[in-house]
Amino acid sequence: MTDANRPLSVFDRPNSYVGKTVPRPNAKRLVQGRGRFVDDMVLPRMLHAAFVRSPYAHATIQSVDTSAAKDVSGVVAVFDGHRMQTLCEPWVGTLKHLAGLRSPPQYPLAVDAARWQGEPVAMVVATSRAVAEDACELIDVDYDERPAVADAESALDPDMPLVHAEFDSNLAWTRTVDAGDVDGAFVDPDVTVVEETFHFGRHTGVTLEARATLADYDPASDQLTVYYSGQAPHMMQAVFARHVGVPEANIRVISQDVGGSFGIKIHTYGDDMATVVVAKALRRPVKYVADRLESFVSDIHARDHRVRGRMAVTKDGKIAGLEIDDRTGVGPFSAYPRTSAIEANQVLNLTGGPYRIENYRARGEVVFQNKCMMSQYRAVGHPIACAVAEGLIEKAADAVGLDSVELRRRNVIPDDGYPCSSASGLKFADLSHEAALDRLVDLIDLDRLRHEQSELRAKGVYRGIGIAQFIELTNPSPMFYGIGGAPIAAQDGATVRLDPSGTIHVATSVTEQGQGTDTVMAQVAATAFGVSLDQVRVTTGDTGAVPYGGGTWGSRGAGIGGEAVYQAGRALRDNVLATAAAILQSSAGDLDIADGTVVDASGAERIALSELAKMVYYRGTELPNDLQPELVATRHFRVTDYPFVFTNGCQASYLEVDPDTGLVRLLDHWVVEDCGRVINPQLVDEQIRGGVVQGIGGALFEECLYSDDGQMLNANMADYLVPMAAEMPDITVAHIETPTSTSALGAKGAGEAGTAGAPAAVMNAINDALKPLGAKPLTTHPMTPQRILRALGKV
Amino acid sequence: MASPVDISLTINGEPVDERVPARLSLVDFLRARMDLTGSHVGCEHGVCGACTVRLDGAIVRGCLTLAVQADGAVVETIEGVSDTGEIADLQEAFIRHAALQCGFCTPAMLLTAAELIANRPNADREEIRAFISGNYCRCTGYQAIVDAVEDVLASRQEGAGT
Repeated sequence: MTDANRPLSVFDRPNSYVGKTVPRPNAKRLVQGRGRFVDDMVLPRMLHAAFVRSPYAHATIQSVDTSAAKDVSGVVAVFDGHRMQTLCEPWVGTLKHLAGLRSPPQYPLAVDAARWQGEPVAMVVATSRAVAEDACELIDVDYDERPAVADAESALDPDMPLVHAEFDSNLAWTRTVDAGDVDGAFVDPDVTVVEETFHFGRHTGVTLEARATLADYDPASDQLTVYYSGQAPHMMQAVFARHVGVPEANIRVISQDVGGSFGIKIHTYGDDMATVVVAKALRRPVKYVADRLESFVSDIHARDHRVRGRMAVTKDGKIAGLEIDDRTGVGPFSAYPRTSAIEANQVLNLTGGPYRIENYRARGEVVFQNKCMMSQYRAVGHPIACAVAEGLIEKAADAVGLDSVELRRRNVIPDDGYPCSSASGLKFADLSHEAALDRLVDLIDLDRLRHEQSELRAKGVYRGIGIAQFIELTNPSPMFYGIGGAPIAAQDGATVRLDPSGTIHVATSVTEQGQGTDTVMAQVAATAFGVSLDQVRVTTGDTGAVPYGGGTWGSRGAGIGGEAVYQAGRALRDNVLATAAAILQSSAGDLDIADGTVVDASGAERIALSELAKMVYYRGTELPNDLQPELVATRHFRVTDYPFVFTNGCQASYLEVDPDTGLVRLLDHWVVEDCGRVINPQLVDEQIRGGVVQGIGGALFEECLYSDDGQMLNANMADYLVPMAAEMPDITVAHIETPTSTSALGAKGAGEAGTAGAPAAVMNAINDALKPLGAKPLTTHPMTPQRILRALGKV
Repeated sequence: MASPVDISLTINGEPVDERVPARLSLVDFLRARMDLTGSHVGCEHGVCGACTVRLDGAIVRGCLTLAVQADGAVVETIEGVSDTGEIADLQEAFIRHAALQCGFCTPAMLLTAAELIANRPNADREEIRAFISGNYCRCTGYQAIVDAVEDVLASRQEGAGT
């Protein structure tokens, strides 16, 4: 439905905050250094943890001698894997709906064998972090190094060692999608077949605030409070209860200021769990903050995929068939509780998603290896799926002599073609590929760019234009995790309460990591209820204070959490109007709330909210006896009918490659995105820009380099390159707004879009730039100067 | 371990006398001993810039500077420059442009930007980008930060002209 024929709603009222840029009230604290991150907190009698980590990718642990460490002044306790094993239930990173996925039990510290370089082996708890680290130096671990499985590609070869002796191979999970007649499509004599192999290097989140946990256990009441830098407090509450031995109801998880997360801080880590376990065992608060060198070898990594793909295209540019084969290495364990199979699953589900493709086959193999664990990181699977499909489309367009934009136009699902399903079984609704692509072509002034490009080529300047279309999975339903048995809520809750001052207080289960949750929820609540923004306060990130919900992941905050706030705000409005009607001897239907006041149909003030609330809370004698006002309302929301709410969009990159050095200069980047109803345009645009830059990081710079024996070679910020300001372009963001019909608010997510499409756009632009030089297409990410020079045959 | 060292310095205008281990970094000293937690620890090897503070008027890496090196010096942190109002316009511009998300890099980014604004009043976008390239931000993609700094440069120029 277009904007013109949609009925007017509360969001269209002149005092609506939905669709308006408003500044974040909580940003003031952060710019003054008054944020309160976990490492800023100090509790009485607090201890500090430090860890000894395996220097080998694969080794038998013969013995751990902790005696010298225990003698250090200030050391309170030392733990090895065996001792830790007696204090903590192991976890297993499998889910029922990922049929066949296997992973052995995992403990906080390695027991008997270490399976990746960086796996925690021993733990020291001391009165300061420095003392704990000193003592770690004195722990003598006797390792017997074993051959490591480093390369995912060969991990299933019969002569490879086993990462886990109890399994018959290094295969963790496999899945095949087979739709239509793929073999028939590829042997059709009228099609042209293109094929390519893509590699996506490992990279990691590099949250500027490293993972941090401060656990505080009160044995008198068996009460555990965990200050946790993370995204899903309720999930962690359930996880700690299962493995630490404290009743779930006695655990409170608090996630206040979080210094970046991006999916990194949503998994169970041995060092975090050990910190909680030890706080309980020692009956004292224990803090652990990963240092940067630890983060690189313990935070989950992402990607590490090899995808072989082929596409069959008819002479008139119709995609007749698509086949991909994905191999990914996930380290020695599947992460808990979300598993490490989701990224491969997403690659299978999402590849070619923007297009009508009837004949589609995809095979994914997830293998164990002796590298850091791999799991969900921003835009899980999306950049891979997008780069594979969009890379093949460029190749196919060349092969059949069509412009690649034209080829996309001939294959995208038309804007009037919804609802529909993809070959992989995804259900789509409310998307706008055609409109988005048209908008992008306009925005970048493609003809002008092409003209400029060709003029410069004549002068020996090699510029490229790259385009990529994507779909983005947002607002996940319980089909994502809950169905498989994970303690992960797909619904979120919101409570909105009117206080005597006339302000409303919103408590939401969605958390804030800087994306602007507090602000967006305040905008929705203010609009739904009828007060100005300064009359709204928001609480997030505390299982003791907010309704039960999933937290922030999968781009669900605004879409799911926002809808819950909207519904709660409307419900509170109904409650207040019923109360006002009784007080005013009027009818609720004749009243409204505007600018903090109950008004009648003419807009005339009848009673101020603060006056109504004071009457209810303080002067109940003035109310009718049969009226028990509820100036609070709670609503929950989950997506039904659709497993996920997809968004769509496209990106373009314009860049220059220096064929002598292999250096890439990013000149411009554009994004057109349809995230449904935009609640705060500035915050959405900033989500997308930040996401694009993370995507560019993966495309050009970021790679966890490993040696053949499983040693990470660049596990520090000097050698692992992240995007810095000087290399980044300005990014233009535009929107198509097709609200999702799954909610009244109509908001979809926007957190993955930038990262989903940027690598493909940059890859296509580099290959476009190098085309006249006869370079082999670059299909290995990151596309470093070395790889570019290799593609040019210069090194 | 080496004996502790007595140091005397000025932090955010207040005189401070402390006895510190020789190996204690300036940022750890400020955070753990002075409770000035606005300066953050990001990498502890001098790359990310999150620990940036001012030492005798110039920005330094708090993780590569030892507390003992600050003996006799004047140290300013985000808490100090916030209270004096010195960078109020810059802070306001950061909020207006959404030049921060999680806020972890922000105090250091502000101090870096303040140094640029003080020393290079005519900096263009490219110079701004180059100057802040010692400060890592994972959230924003930097553009909003550049916008905010550019805004303040322009408004201070205007202010200087009137």
